[in-house]
Amino acid sequence: MIRDPDTNARLKALRRDIAPELASLERRLVLRGGLSLGALTLLSGCDLSTGSNGTLADRVLWAMSRANDRVQQWLFDPATLAPTYPASMIDTPFRFNAYYPPDNIPEIDEATWKLEVTGLVADKAPWTLEKLRALPQESQITRHICIEGWSQIGQWGGVPLRTFLERTGADLTAKYVGFKCADRYYGSLDMPSALHPQTILALDFAGQPLAPEYGYPLRVRVPTKLGFKSPKHIAAIFVTNDYPGGYWEDQGYNWFSGI
Amino acid sequence: MTILPETPARLTVIHPLVVRITHWINAVAVFCMLFSGWAIYNASPLFPFAFPKWAVLGGWLGGALAWHFAAMWLFALNGLAYLAYGLVARHFATAFLPLSPGAVWRDARAALRLRLIHRVGRYNAVQRLAYVAAVVLGVTLVASGCALWKPVQWQALTNLFGGYEWARRVHFLAMAGLAGFILLHLALVAIVPSTLVAMITGRARVAEEPTVR
Repeated sequence: MIRDPDTNARLKALRRDIAPELASLERRLVLRGGLSLGALTLLSGCDLSTGSNGTLADRVLWAMSRANDRVQQWLFDPATLAPTYPASMIDTPFRFNAYYPPDNIPEIDEATWKLEVTGLVADKAPWTLEKLRALPQESQITRHICIEGWSQIGQWGGVPLRTFLERTGADLTAKYVGFKCADRYYGSLDMPSALHPQTILALDFAGQPLAPEYGYPLRVRVPTKLGFKSPKHIAAIFVTNDYPGGYWEDQGYNWFSGI
Repeated sequence: MTILPETPARLTVIHPLVVRITHWINAVAVFCMLFSGWAIYNASPLFPFAFPKWAVLGGWLGGALAWHFAAMWLFALNGLAYLAYGLVARHFATAFLPLSPGAVWRDARAALRLRLIHRVGRYNAVQRLAYVAAVVLGVTLVASGCALWKPVQWQALTNLFGGYEWARRVHFLAMAGLAGFILLHLALVAIVPSTLVAMITGRARVAEEPTVR
């Protein structure tokens, strides 16, 4: 797909906006590398990096994170709705977030894009955007809370994930719904959160089809979880009983991350 | 202020066992919460400064959060045990009360003129205020922390703090207050090191109360 000049100009401005942040990120990484030779040597292996079979400290931290998953699953009430806000409170511009700079936002061609559905579902036929648009749509203005601490209010619209799972004949008693993305990001939700009335497969952001930086053509939006639990550029959805993990979760972010 | 006459001293328990145990568990928990919390703050600073890299725990955001969400159980449950003991065994009533603005003013002035006498086993009014403040800050930290952890499930609590973004600020300010308390606390222990021994053994030589006050 060749991007239109408007999109190119916007992405260029975005690159300019986050250039200082990227520079500071690079500085941070260099600093971290340098410091690990110094003071933090004492604490290496206390940062999840050695995994759930690593140092004693890492084993305890990973085990506590799994225990916190269970506590949060128990605290999660499927009937509690995330607060919604008036349109006047929407934050603009909305931050771009990814584990890569805007240059690497995947270019996706609507004509050839298809959503794969696999795993414990009856109907594994792929979906087009047109087919998704034909399903009942839902729109909400909710608060996106990032694991870094900041938050912004935005408007997302699309198909309730519950409706989609019902239409594909998914096993709603299965444990997980997983997502694979065009940008090699991946993630997963517990089934109760996937079936929450506000969890949607978003096609729109701010009343417009998703822009590339916000996850074109399809992302999930889960207002009952931290932002990283809502993958963008979704290419495949699968239903499974085997823990699928996630891009950040496998490095140590808490998997449930409910709010 | 009159100087107390020399009186025979006896070895007395000035810090009950429950207070000592919860104190040291709390010391470990607060260490973890404070330094991992600073790393989490650094991921998206609320104010135009960041904490130095050598003073943060967890290495990266994921590591810091893992420390914070593991140690929070230690901090909250230990704090709860301390609060329950303080109320049921009347530890708060006997150690922190009575407390009046007049007494705080009087003792603060005496302390600044270096005329305040350290009475082993009894807190002066400034100490009482500081310890009550530390308890209130601890409760505020747990409550605002819960508001940040579960702003959807516990939205009534989050609303009590004026919403998610205000809860972040309350959490930060309560942290700053507690950090200030800890600095003062450690400075005073450095000036009167015998208090450190007493918080381990629980015992100190206490002068007999003079009969006439």
